[in-house]
Parts: sequence; C-alpha cells; structure tokens
Amino acid sequence: MTRRRVAVTGIGVVAPGGIGVPQFWGLLSDGRTATRRISLFDPAGLRSQIAAECDFDPSEHGLDLATVQRCDRYVQFALVAAAEAVRDANLDMAREDPWRAGATLGTAVGGTTRLEHDYVLVSERGSRWDVDDRRAQPHLERAFTPATLSSAVAEEFGVHGPVQTVSTGCTSGLDAVGYAYHAVAEGRVDVCLAGAADSPISPITMACFDAIKATSPNNDDPAHASRPFDAERNGFVMGEGAAVLVLEDLEHARARGADVYCEISGYATFGNAYHMTGLTKEGLEMARAIDTALGMAELDGSAIDYVNAHGSGTQQNDRHETAAVKRSLGEHAYATPMSSIKSMVGHSLGAIGSIELAACVLAMAHQVVPPTANYTTPDPECDLDYVPREARERTLRHVLSVGSGFGGFQSAVVLSGSEGGLR
Amino acid sequence: MSGPQRARHHQQDGRRRAVVTGLGVVSPHGIGVETFWKAVADGTSSLGPVTREGCEDMPLRVAGEVRGFDAAETVEGRYLVQTDRFTHFALSATQLALDDARFGRADVESPFSVGVVTAAGSGGGEFGQRELQNLWGQGSRYVGPYQSIAWFYAASTGQISIRNDFKGPCGVVAADEAGGLDALAHAALSVRNGTDTVVCGATEAPLAPYSIVCQLGYPELSRATEADRAYRPFTSAACGFAPAEGGAVLVVEEAEAARDRGAEVRATVAGHAATFTGPSRWAESRQGLAHAIEGALAEAGCRPEEVDVVFADALGVPEADRAEALALADALGAHARRVPVTAPKTGTGRAYCAAPVLDVATAVLAMEHGLIPPTPHVVDVCHDLDVVAGRARPAEPRTALILGRGLMGSNSALVLRQGDAAPSADR
Repeated sequence: MTRRRVAVTGIGVVAPGGIGVPQFWGLLSDGRTATRRISLFDPAGLRSQIAAECDFDPSEHGLDLATVQRCDRYVQFALVAAAEAVRDANLDMAREDPWRAGATLGTAVGGTTRLEHDYVLVSERGSRWDVDDRRAQPHLERAFTPATLSSAVAEEFGVHGPVQTVSTGCTSGLDAVGYAYHAVAEGRVDVCLAGAADSPISPITMACFDAIKATSPNNDDPAHASRPFDAERNGFVMGEGAAVLVLEDLEHARARGADVYCEISGYATFGNAYHMTGLTKEGLEMARAIDTALGMAELDGSAIDYVNAHGSGTQQNDRHETAAVKRSLGEHAYATPMSSIKSMVGHSLGAIGSIELAACVLAMAHQVVPPTANYTTPDPECDLDYVPREARERTLRHVLSVGSGFGGFQSAVVLSGSEGGLR
Repeated sequence: MSGPQRARHHQQDGRRRAVVTGLGVVSPHGIGVETFWKAVADGTSSLGPVTREGCEDMPLRVAGEVRGFDAAETVEGRYLVQTDRFTHFALSATQLALDDARFGRADVESPFSVGVVTAAGSGGGEFGQRELQNLWGQGSRYVGPYQSIAWFYAASTGQISIRNDFKGPCGVVAADEAGGLDALAHAALSVRNGTDTVVCGATEAPLAPYSIVCQLGYPELSRATEADRAYRPFTSAACGFAPAEGGAVLVVEEAEAARDRGAEVRATVAGHAATFTGPSRWAESRQGLAHAIEGALAEAGCRPEEVDVVFADALGVPEADRAEALALADALGAHARRVPVTAPKTGTGRAYCAAPVLDVATAVLAMEHGLIPPTPHVVDVCHDLDVVAGRARPAEPRTALILGRGLMGSNSALVLRQGDAAPSADR
C-alpha cells in the first residue's frame, strides 16, 4: 500500500496572550509569558492559583449567540481556530467532496467546566447525591459527551467523512493530528481538520491537580511561574486554548494551488505501562516513539533541527524527556535546540499538543526557534540547549514535537519542510 | 518474529490482517461470554428499573444495569481504588478477553507489540460526581489524588496498559455510539501498521445520578416506565432508547501472529468506514449510513449478497429507524429485504460506545453457534426488513455487517468475516 504525502496547508490558534496566529507567534517570538492569577473564578484556597487564560470574546470572532449557548468554551475555541485554519489554507469547503473530508479533534477533559457549573446547580452546591434534574440548563448533554467537539467542528464546516474525537490525556493534541495523518496518508480522506481544544481552568480540575502537586504554587510571581527545564521548576501552570491544522493530501493541495507550509512526515505513540502519572528516569518509551516516527519519515536522528519539547515544568517530566531525546538523537541532541512554549502559554492539557504543532509549523515558516521563557538556572540532569528566554534564527528542515501524558502515553510527530521551498 | 519483521515479510503475500481471538463481556446479561450468549440466544431481556443510589426519582426509569458485578474477582484492589466503575468494567472485560484468547505473558514477545485502544462516551461519571461533591460540599482539600486519573476518558486505556504491561500504541476514541466500531477499526489499522496484538473495546458506566441528568437532554432517550415498552426499534411503538452500562473488550491480533502462537482465529475485521451527518439529523443519516456500509463492504471486498446478518444500530426513534431501513436498501439493494437483521441490544439497552462492540462480540458468537439471536421486545416490525424477532433463528452466518450511529452525528459500519478470511481470489 503506497502512503500518500501529507501537507499542512493552514493553521489556526486560540491561545493565551492573544487570539489568532499573528498574536500567538508574536508572543512566542518575543518570549513573553501569558500566565497570571486566575480570573475565570476565584481561586482563593487553592494551592495553585495561577493559569494562562485566553482573553476570548466569542462574539468578536464570529460566533453567534445560539452557537455560544450550545457550545462549551473549549468547543468555541476549536470553532474559531478551525475557521482561521480554513481561511489560512484558502480552502473552500463548498468545492471539496464532503465525504472525502474529515475532522479529528483532541481533548483531555472536554466539557468538564460546564459539567461542573451545572453540577453546582443540580446538587445545590454539593449538598445532595440525588441531584435535582430540574435545575439543569439546556445543552448539558453536549458537555457530557466529548464527541461534541469534533461533531461541532464537522457540522460548522460541512464535513461528511470520518469524524473523531481523540482523548489520550495530554498527548491528545499530537495524537489527533497523528490519526488525521494516517487517514490522509492511507487515502481515507483528502482533507482533514485536525487539532485539539481544552478549557480546563475550573475549580475541580485545578483542585485535582493540586491534590497531586502537579501544578506550580508560584502564586506570588505568576509571570515567571512556568519554568521548564530550570532547576527551580516546581510544576506546570494550567492553560487553555485550541489549535487546528488543515492536513491535506500533498497532490490534492498542489492540484488546487494551495500554499504548503510543510509536511507531517512521521508519527508514533507508545505507552509506558508504568504509572498513570509517574515517569521512568530512562525515557525508553518516549525514545521509542521518537525513533518510530523518525523511521516513518525515513530520517536519522541527526536530521532533526529543533525539538519542540513537552517541557511541562515538573521535576520528573523534564528529566524524563531530556533522557529520551538524548537516547534517540545521541550526541546530536546536544547540538539541537529544544524549547518548551509551555513557559509562555501554560499547559492546556489535551490542546497543547496541537498548539505546539502550530508553533512548529510557524517556526519552520519563519526559520526561528521559539525560546523557553523564564529559564535561568541550569539543572545538572537537564543538560541540553533549551533556548533560554530569546528566540533564535536557525535553518529548520525537520522538526520533532514530543508529548507525554497521564496514562503513560508518549507520542512524537515529525514535520518536514516541503520540497519546492517553504511558504 | 517481531512486528516490523512480520510487516516486511507480508509485503510479498498481501497485507497484514486483523483477526479476533478473544472476547470479554461485562453486560446487563451477566459477566463472561457464556452467561451473555445464553441470554442473547434466548432473547432474554435484562432491562429493568434504574436502582442505583440516588437515581430513584429521575425521569429515566428503565435502563440496562450490570448487576452482581464484583470487580475484585478479577482485578487487584490497588487498581480499583483509583478508578471509576467504567474502568472496573474495562479491566475485568480485558482479563476475561485475554483468558478467552489464552493470551498470557508468555505470548508477549515484546511489551511494545501489544497495544490498547478503547472508546469512551462519558468517562468516570460516578467517581467524578463523588469528587465534585467533596469539592463543593467540603472544600478543595477534600478532592482526592485519583480524580485526575479516574474521570478522564483515557483512564481505561491507561490502566489496561499498566496492569498488563502493554506498551504498544495506545489510543482512545472519545465518541458517540459509532465510536465503538471506530475503535476497532483503529485497532485493525494499528495491526496493519505493525502491532501484533491490540486489546480493544469499550465499556461505559453512565448511570450515576448526575450522568443521568446530563443524558436527559437527549431527545432520543426513552422515558418509558415499563421495561418491556422502553426500547422497541423498528416498531410503530418506538419511543427512544434505553441506556445501559457495561461493554466488551476484544483481543485483536495479526493473523499470522495468532497462528504462530496456536490461537484460534475466530473472525476477521474485514472492512470499516465512517461518515458524519450531524447530531439528531436522522433523516440525513440515511445517506451517511449507506455511504459507510458501501465503504466498509468495498474495503472488505464483499458483495452485498454475501452479508449473512446485519446487527442494526436500532435507535428506536421512528425517523432514525426509517433512515436505517432505507440506508440498508440503498447500500444492499434487493438483498436488504432478504438478509436477517437483528438488534440484541434491545435486551441490554444501549451502552453508548460499548453497544456496537457488544454487537461485534455477539456476531462472533452467532457465527460460532450457527444461530442469529433475536431482538427482544420487538414485534410487528413496520419497516421493509426481515427483523429477527421472537426466537433465535438457526443459520450459518459467515459475514456480518455491524452498524452504529451516534447521538452526535457519526455513522459507522464494520464487516466481520468468520475465521481467517483473507481477501482471496475467490471473492
């Protein structure tokens, strides 16, 4: 079976620090941070009271009232990101065969924010187990099932081919693009809207990460709280957002005269079968994901020009990831810039993988590596080039993005500059 | 021979095939394949009143509850304490499926050769409600350490991987009902791309009080008060569907890998296709489902007349039932009026993503027993279909078509062939 080549022809981003691709890239290339004290609810009493929030007004981005009422915040993010991606790709869905178009969106926690909101109503603030159904608000069923995410995007853009919501925790955003990559490569669809969205900044989600001390308690200095790879790091900073990529059969893209950003050239995922939240020191499973993705791209580790790290800023993650990248790239790892944009936009759980892939696409388009903000104090166990604080110009032909998530999932995506030059 | 080597080896003689070697079932009919099949073949109904604590006064009165389930019989306490009921079902069903396939530690050449794929429609609702109550009733310090890993949709895949030391590709399709078939297709794809074995399926536990409140927004949900009237698809009395908990897990292997270890190849995942026509747009689902059926048949190299039995989606909403009957006519032609159609799920209720996975397990058993199980509660079919009602029908089904449609708008079709069915020259 011949596999088709898979082009990225459009991107859209809703991220903290500004909505839209120009704002997103502005933040990253300046090395600014969008982390702050939580404003979406009163975080008093929580261990971690900080997050990277989106200043998002749906009406400014073309969503009508009915859509806003029907769709949770994370779905709204996805709709806005998808619209930007489709415009960016110059894709006229009315001219596409709708049965040959797909949508694959990832989310880690789906509609939990809305679920919590209505739970408070029906349980009278947690006072009864036999909740009162008459107090529930309309459209609650759409928050209950995460299938809503891809369904809403598919409906908005007239997609009639395969539609899936992927939910592998914090690797969802990489895996959703990976699933779409397979669907295009194997000829099941010609075009696929692929991405991820999450809006997890709510009391229950903040509290459950408090309970395992996964999030940073740097409440006094939110702007510098997310410190991936730094010796002083003490947990991740919650984020929210969405990104959508238009993936397309390369020949299909050429035939309609589309500009091609780059190709998705490899993807793999493995489980560590070790612990739901724990990671080994060795990083064997992530290394295997990297090696397998490189193999699909027919590349040696030495071909990688930039590693977009998971870099969550927990002690164990950053060690684990450094070990995995060294295992796969060997000596070349020391000569390869590796940065974490979570230092700037926080960790939006399932969404971040797609947001990071959008950052990779932009890094290749601009030939600029985004930095790791807040990095000041080296950690002897994290001894690679983390691109401290300032973006860096660099020739980027092949880029690797990695992710690691609860459940033990380890995923890797390789992006390659398309022949015929970059956009 | 490891997965990648076998992949190269197969380049000369055709592509790698995904076959089913083991079934694990936790359902309202009971625990394990034998209990389940006996009830299915007899046309027994396990629908009944909703009895779980806190649900007594809900407007949902009839559902398929899993009763007499003791997760501790198969799963260690340390896994049970950190997981929701839906993952208890998943871990148990996985153990049952592995036992059924006689797949043990010795059969694992490398942990990376065994992957896990599950579908999930709503995650760990009961666990989530308890922790929400802790948070809002008592305060954030009362939220336990397992909430972060119990409620989310990936919990079952992660815990199956950890408990069994399976490090192969892991996947989670968070989906509506059709997603159970999409998960199986994903597992088959993983097998074709080099994974030797994938543990695959779906289990659901949507009957906690707050989970039920959430489902009350579905216009398709049956609010009937009597079990024998709640879920009667394809009849003029159709009034929606009764939800259910439970599900099934299957062991899916590469055909040659299965033969190498001496496993019995029970069925082949021969074809699949999926489409989308929008939530509750049941009239439009006709075209979407027909497209999915045609795509699945094409991938399987299967002519419409070869289909020996159809496991219908059978939503139980008149407009949706009509669309399904018409989709079958569109895709199968005249054969649609002749082929036996069954929906054993009327005896268990619809367990969301798990519903079509249970149907796949049932299809395997129907082929092995030479018996097409009936559709409980259904009499006087008002569509031009041969719905198997009343008693099971002796037959020799070799090819089954399994259909699933979801409340969020997905349509899926899967073609299952008996035994190891290579797409050979005689087809």
